[in-house]
Amino acid sequence: MMKKYLSGGLFYLLKLLIAVVIICPVLYAISASFMTNSALASWPPNLIPPKVVFTNYQMALRSVPLFKFLINSLIVCAIVITAQVITASCTAYAFSFFEFKGRNILFMVVLATMMIPQDATIIANFLTISQLKLTDTYVALVLPYLTGAMGIFLMRQFYLTVPKELKEAATIDGCGDLRFLLNILMPISIPSIASLCIYVFIQTYNQFLWPLLVTNTMDKRTVQVGMQMLHNSEAAEYGIVLAGAVMVLIPSIVVFIIGQKYLIKGMTAGAVKG
Amino acid sequence: MGKSAQSEKPLLSHGNGTRGRKLNIKPYLFLIPSFLIFGLFVFYPFAKTVALSFTWTDFTGKAIEFAGLDIYKRIFTNERFINTLVVSLKFAAMVGAGSFLVGFLLAALANERQRFCQLYEVPFALPMAIASAPAATIWFMIYSPNGIANYLLNTDVRFLLDARVAIFAVALVTIWLNMGVSFIFLLTGMRNVPAELLESASIDGASKLVRLVRIIIPIASPQIFFVIFLNLISSFQSFAQIRLLTQGGPENTTDVLVYSIYRYAISDGRFETAFAQSVVLFVIILCFTLLQFRFEKKGVYY
Repeated sequence: MMKKYLSGGLFYLLKLLIAVVIICPVLYAISASFMTNSALASWPPNLIPPKVVFTNYQMALRSVPLFKFLINSLIVCAIVITAQVITASCTAYAFSFFEFKGRNILFMVVLATMMIPQDATIIANFLTISQLKLTDTYVALVLPYLTGAMGIFLMRQFYLTVPKELKEAATIDGCGDLRFLLNILMPISIPSIASLCIYVFIQTYNQFLWPLLVTNTMDKRTVQVGMQMLHNSEAAEYGIVLAGAVMVLIPSIVVFIIGQKYLIKGMTAGAVKG
Repeated sequence: MGKSAQSEKPLLSHGNGTRGRKLNIKPYLFLIPSFLIFGLFVFYPFAKTVALSFTWTDFTGKAIEFAGLDIYKRIFTNERFINTLVVSLKFAAMVGAGSFLVGFLLAALANERQRFCQLYEVPFALPMAIASAPAATIWFMIYSPNGIANYLLNTDVRFLLDARVAIFAVALVTIWLNMGVSFIFLLTGMRNVPAELLESASIDGASKLVRLVRIIIPIASPQIFFVIFLNLISSFQSFAQIRLLTQGGPENTTDVLVYSIYRYAISDGRFETAFAQSVVLFVIILCFTLLQFRFEKKGVYY
């Protein structure tokens, strides 16, 4: 018995050690962001700052308007999340609570969107945005992402578990479709909506190529593009770049840690049927 | 994700039948917002990409003249594009194998639940929250001449400038970014295995390894195939790490497909070439997706 406990404890320690190895690039970035330039350049490399300085953070915020970019990123995320919750709920509602002509074909159309990789159409979308003269606007940043097959599947997965009697009872009580969706269906689907929100937040916040294509002034850039500017402009002083990287990582890591339960449920719900 | 929702049974019926009644337009109204976006930003650009890959374009992407197959002939006889394809496939193989293996190892380790398992499970999955741009800047520092990588390996290598190692260096960053997702899916698959099955096997004297190979892997095979293809497909979408770490260099050894598309369209204004390469990207990913469907159907042994 004693032996079993001991090996369990060792196993646990081993797993903790591996966990530290996995996140050590992030831990190292945090540590290095508090180092002076000379501490960063020394050999052997320092793992812990010999002297903790905060100047890298001040300089990072001064050389690139990271704070403004962060606001832009959060605005874009808020719009995309709100829109996806609405469009996914509406679409999933139609597919799970109605029978209508062409339903299976239309559902196949939703599936087909997953067969077309974003990167294969991104240049054409970029041309559309510039032809519509929308470059450098929030509209350009959010427009292609206002809906998505993943969200539709996620919501539909949940709606299919809702007994149809609920809808029938609501209809008999004179409850219209929009009110049924808003006041009855959406409140009971909050766990699925939470999964969707966290998934979409991380996806949108971490987007790189699309914001790089459709923004070209400081005004509407997002943090990920700002990260590239910092990387290119201050390549010599790496403490500043790492301070920027740490600031850019904080929101997505915090959201992940808070919402990982929902995120994982959402990701694995519709993905593979075991 | 949600890839195989296709294999589900016909949609459940939830009343409001249309038979013998006049057409109910309500469901269509609910579909309009999504289908508008899909039309404008998925199907229209897809059609446009295919169409313009057969047409010479000007530097703003406007069609000038029908080209037939000339653009495809040109890219497939261009050494640099052949190199791009080879590099992309090599990169996909490395990332696909690497993040699957690491994810599998982590899932096998975490499969048995322990108390306070969150303390390691959350870090195992954490890389999936990390964006590729800040990740690239962190690894840039790790790979620097007097960085940690050289110190730990006791070498003096320019990881990102040496044509022999650059692709491995970038692949490692991508593996690190992707392994969290692999871990999550594989762990879910492994935990689908009924506990009684494992218990009776261990009573019969099956060791941990035997249980893994004989019971867990077969039952988790749908997830295993799913993760392998997910990694292959997502490796084709790597961009920020290439752009920040190597810009396709040294000597074009990291010039992957999406980076090449970006380079032709944005840096060179040669849209027809970018469109033809986008179609090639689509075809490659389509092949992987179709293979995935086949394997997911065939590969389940119960």
